[in-house]
Parts: sequence; C-alpha cells; structure tokens
Amino acid sequence: MLEIILSVLIILGGFFTLVGSLGLFKLPDFYMRLHGPTKASTLGVGAVLIASAIYFSFSTDEISLHEVLVTLFLFITAPVSAHLMAKAALHIKVRQDKRTLNKSDQ
Amino acid sequence: MLRKVFPHPLLSVALWLIWLLLNNTVSFGHMVLGALLATFIPWFTSAFWPEKVQIHRPWLLAKFVAVVIYEILVANVVVAKLILTRQDKLQPGFLHVPLELKSPVAIGLLANTISLTPGTVTCDLSEDEQSLLIHALHIEDAEATVADIKNHFEKPLKEIFD
Repeated sequence: MLEIILSVLIILGGFFTLVGSLGLFKLPDFYMRLHGPTKASTLGVGAVLIASAIYFSFSTDEISLHEVLVTLFLFITAPVSAHLMAKAALHIKVRQDKRTLNKSDQ
Repeated sequence: MLRKVFPHPLLSVALWLIWLLLNNTVSFGHMVLGALLATFIPWFTSAFWPEKVQIHRPWLLAKFVAVVIYEILVANVVVAKLILTRQDKLQPGFLHVPLELKSPVAIGLLANTISLTPGTVTCDLSEDEQSLLIHALHIEDAEATVADIKNHFEKPLKEIFD
C-alpha cells in the first residue's frame, strides 16, 4: 500500500516536472518560458518531497522533517528569482511574443 | 525590556524552529543553541526590518496557506493542460493588479504568491507601490484573472497584515 502511494507521488512529481521542462523548452518568448520552472518547482518538487518525507518517516522510525525546510526555502527562493529575472528582462527590453496583450514598453 | 532583547519576536521564533528542523532534532543542546542564534541574528539583521511585522489574525494566515496550496494545485493542472494541448493558441499578456495593501511585507507576500501560482509571474511593482505588473501565460478574461487574484490572495492578506 505504502509503495503504491509513493509510486503515485513520484510519478506525479516527475510528470509535472517534465511538463515544466517542456514549457521551458518550447514556449516562444522569455516571459512565457519563465512559467515552466515556477510550475515544476511547486507541484513537481512538492510531490517528490512528500514521497521522500513519507518514505524516510516509515523506514527509519523517525519523522523526517527536512522536507518541510526544503519546501520552505524553495517557496521563498523560486518566486524571488522568477521575479528578478522578469524584472531584468523588462529592463533590458527582451523581445515579447507578438501575441502578447498589453505589451509592456518600459 | 523584552522588546529590546527580541526586536522581532516572529523572526526569532521562525529562526529557532528552522534551526531545529535543520538539525532534525529536539535535543536540549540544540534547543539552547537555537535559542541563542534566534536571539542574536535579529540584532544583527534588524537594519533589514525597519518596521514591525504584525499578524493580526493567525487563524486567517492558516486559512490563507490552505487556499494558496489549493490554488497552486488547480493552477498546476490547468497550466499543464495548456502546455500539452494548446501551446499554439496561448494568449500571453501583461496585467496590472491595482493594490489595496500598504504593508511592504503583505505586498511582498502577495507578489510571491502570484509567482508561486503556475501561470502568473510578478514582474514589477510600480514606483508608487500602487500596482503590480504581472505576466500571465494564458489570459481568457483579463478582468476575471485580476479579480481572482484580488479575491483569493489580496483580501485575506489585507485582513492579516494591514
């Protein structure tokens, strides 16, 4: 039973990370590509971390809480880096895809 | 007196908890060491925290975290579907979200939450701190997207921090 739950979580995490990477690879402009990593780092990493916490809590008889910290640091650093990259891109006027609504002309 | 020793009680508590989590232990020695760090680090970093952070309604904060996690789950699935099936028909764009929040911590948290939610990234805070510029991967209804952000994220943050 435990193995099934763990497998589902890991596959789910892998799937969302893969989709995030696909987005990073295939989307047409810098701003859209930024959305890939923010996605992979939430649900993708989140599912793998939950699986890790469950596995180590059961296999070592100690509750494993390191994963909580990883999540905390990730949830603080990922948006900040995304924000900084977006802001830098606006500043140096990185090309925006032609479909973009309300093109920013800063 | 107590204010002098602990200029930022919340920061101290957070540091202490993080120290214990880092060491994955609740042994007495680490509790003492963690308490020392939690006392001294806020002294040295107080220049970065010009104003006090106050949480008016802690239970609302817990509810906010739950809402954010739910929104992240939903948005993840929505964005995954968009990337996999309709990549050529995406309608990206920039949106202005007018702010009602005043406290910098609350604005920071809102910007962070928007970036964490798949499909939207915060790009800039306007100079007068009156609006956020966000980039959305796919906009179906610009007004609805802005209204969602304001209702789900900004309203609770306003009640908690302002």
